[in-house]
Amino acid sequence: MESTIEKKEFNITVYTENQIGLLNRIAIIFSRRKLNVESLNTSPSEVESIHRFNIVITETEEVVKKVARQLEKQVEVLKVYFNTNDDVIWQELALYKVPTDVIAEHVSVERLLREYGARAVVIRKDYTVFETTGHREETDALVNVLQQYGLIEFVRSARVAIIKDSDGFHAKLREFERLEPGEDVVENEYLNKGQKVFTM
Amino acid sequence: MDTLELKDKQAQGSVKTEELSGSQILLKGLIEEGVDTIFGYPGGAIMPIYDALYDFKKELNHILVRHEQGATHAAQGYARTSGKVGVVFATSGPGATNLITGIADAQIDSTPLVCITGQVFASLLGTDAFQETDVINITTPVTKWNYQVTDASEIPEVLAKAFYIAKSGRPGPVLIDITKNAQIQKIETEAYQKCGHIRSYRPYPIVRQSYVEQAAALINSAKKPFILFGQGVLLGNAEQEFKAFVEKSGIPAAWTILGVGAIPTDHPLNVGMLGMHGNYGPNVLTNDCDVLIAIGMRFDDRVTGRLDKYAKQAKVIHLDIDPAEIDKNVKATVPVWGDCKETLPLLTALIDEKSHNEWLARFREYTQKEIDQVINAECNPTSGELTMGEVINQLNTLTNGDAIIVTDVGQHQMVACRYAKFNHTRSNITSGGLGTMGFALPAAIGAKFGAPNKTVVAVIGDGGFQMTIQELGTIMQSGIDVKIMILNNQFLGMVRQWQELFNERRYSFVDITSPDFVAVAKGYYIEGQKVSERENLVEALKTMLNHKGSYLLEVMVTKENNVFPMVPQGCSVSEIRLK
Ligand SMILES: Cc1ncc(C[n+]2csc(CCOP(=O)(O)OP(=O)(O)O)c2C)c(N)n1
Repeated sequence: MESTIEKKEFNITVYTENQIGLLNRIAIIFSRRKLNVESLNTSPSEVESIHRFNIVITETEEVVKKVARQLEKQVEVLKVYFNTNDDVIWQELALYKVPTDVIAEHVSVERLLREYGARAVVIRKDYTVFETTGHREETDALVNVLQQYGLIEFVRSARVAIIKDSDGFHAKLREFERLEPGEDVVENEYLNKGQKVFTM
Repeated sequence: MDTLELKDKQAQGSVKTEELSGSQILLKGLIEEGVDTIFGYPGGAIMPIYDALYDFKKELNHILVRHEQGATHAAQGYARTSGKVGVVFATSGPGATNLITGIADAQIDSTPLVCITGQVFASLLGTDAFQETDVINITTPVTKWNYQVTDASEIPEVLAKAFYIAKSGRPGPVLIDITKNAQIQKIETEAYQKCGHIRSYRPYPIVRQSYVEQAAALINSAKKPFILFGQGVLLGNAEQEFKAFVEKSGIPAAWTILGVGAIPTDHPLNVGMLGMHGNYGPNVLTNDCDVLIAIGMRFDDRVTGRLDKYAKQAKVIHLDIDPAEIDKNVKATVPVWGDCKETLPLLTALIDEKSHNEWLARFREYTQKEIDQVINAECNPTSGELTMGEVINQLNTLTNGDAIIVTDVGQHQMVACRYAKFNHTRSNITSGGLGTMGFALPAAIGAKFGAPNKTVVAVIGDGGFQMTIQELGTIMQSGIDVKIMILNNQFLGMVRQWQELFNERRYSFVDITSPDFVAVAKGYYIEGQKVSERENLVEALKTMLNHKGSYLLEVMVTKENNVFPMVPQGCSVSEIRLK
């Protein structure tokens, strides 16, 4: 059995209504417990008009579970899932701006692109912008290399994650819209599907 | 079209869909929701609503408080005695920020409130306009839900949602901030529709029969089961269901200070109060029982003491409507989520009818020790200065446990909760989770509006009374009948007690002087007297209770009494001290 007291990265997926102020309501559930939100992304979801938050924190499963319940308690939150990195497919996107002349002089751009899976988005006389997509280690690796060549700007996006074992939210939403939703919208953690998907 | 003209036309049946202002729509909505009492205070940004209120004086009784904090506490008192939603009006900026303490109190004690605040014109939002405060963001952490209305057309739906959210599931405070333009704006409206479903909100978790069965099996096999009950029983209107469960199971039951009254104080299975200043037996035996059955309570740290030494030997059954409470502080062996009005009968049906006489006798032994070592001296002293306990004890004799007792925060609160007798539910109104000094006076006003046929006695310390003393003005103006009993120990007693016990008697700023309270009351045309001799106490209490209208009784009590038993902070419940 996996330990619930060991800290690790958790991906929290929150399905919500689209409402002003909800971001704050969600954020304070973390800040109140002095939890550091490592990454937060809000986007549309597979269901029209339903928003999806991807939140990453490093914590024990026990704490994550409590936070997830407090999130789900919010009126405009439909559903909360939390998963370890093994349970999700996730990506982050990074952009790097470097001086074109330095790069051209010192490194083989072609090698860079191939080794780090990067793509040149813009090439101008004064600077070049590369892009990579991948896991944290991958996007970080290129930073270290480019740092030596006068990296001008670096930015990395929040994480987006897809839950491996999820069937999506369409069917769930139909349940929620019923006056008396069936049991499977309330699959709390006592009835979760074991290792695959942690859900409340 | 003004209202009168409108009413005429309506009477003639010539208007199908009415054109009304946002303010009128709001007030009509309140009436549709069954509201009859509002606690509030006007100001610039809410003036259109107050202007509309002028025409609704008959339907809506507006109580003008003296400070907006008082409005929230009054609304809490009203909600707690009546079981209805308390309604508050306040203006923007300082009016709204004055509500925060009461809203936070209502949030942590699960009290249903709908607070309406005025806001600057929508066009001025974010510009630091006069009396603009970002009340939505300030109240987000302390509300169950909040919403800013900037267009009149939103009002009916938002109001309906607000009432539904405030009172359903685990109740709580809701705030609607309405910009001034939306209050003024006139629109055509249709009939008001109440809200009964929000797709993203599930106030009542689905009851799982399998957990009920597991819980029943645990209870049936238990040798030393113990029930802890909290406000959830009251909030679920489940007193009857609870009594049936307790009586069939024969299990001793102890209460949190918000749960008291769910069964009468004198019920043979009621073994007393939990927590830091609770009774001896319930605290000690928490760490001896084999099955702990928590019903509508949330294991607050004032109840549990040191968590890692709390009921570790016991299997825990936790009945709660709020899934976020399960496992939050104490791990449940079997969680039974759901409204206890629904789950308790299911459980009662499956349990064996039993009596646990030997186990119950253990509680009685501890009770006897507590009576001998603490209670007798506190409640029946024959010499020395008056004590808080004897005042409550005498009050019990006169009210026979039928009064509503509203307490402030401090030693007198603990003494009142420990010793006051309650025959009825919804009779102990106190600030439990937040411990808000200044709560009692305004809450008592609201409590009386919520239960007009009951005697309402506010028990307040000399410190806390001075925090919301201005609400005497509300009593004066509304003519409400509230008995105010100040237990004056000339100290911020509870803090002094801690300083005595844990800070080597370094009495740092707990020595508080008071005005002549009787004279102050007199200034508000409220009668009163001060009593300090034992021989005059009963007569003074009688005078207070028999007086027609509000009355203030100041009782001078001994200065340096401590409330015992006590579970010192950081100790386990079984380390409770009798002295
Ligand atoms: C608003 C607020 N401020 C401070 C406190 C901390 N506090 C808790 S009890 C207490 C003393 C209360 O004194 P008093 O009202 O005289 O009642 P007593 O304890 O003497 O019965 C204080 C200061 C509080 N609970 N609430």
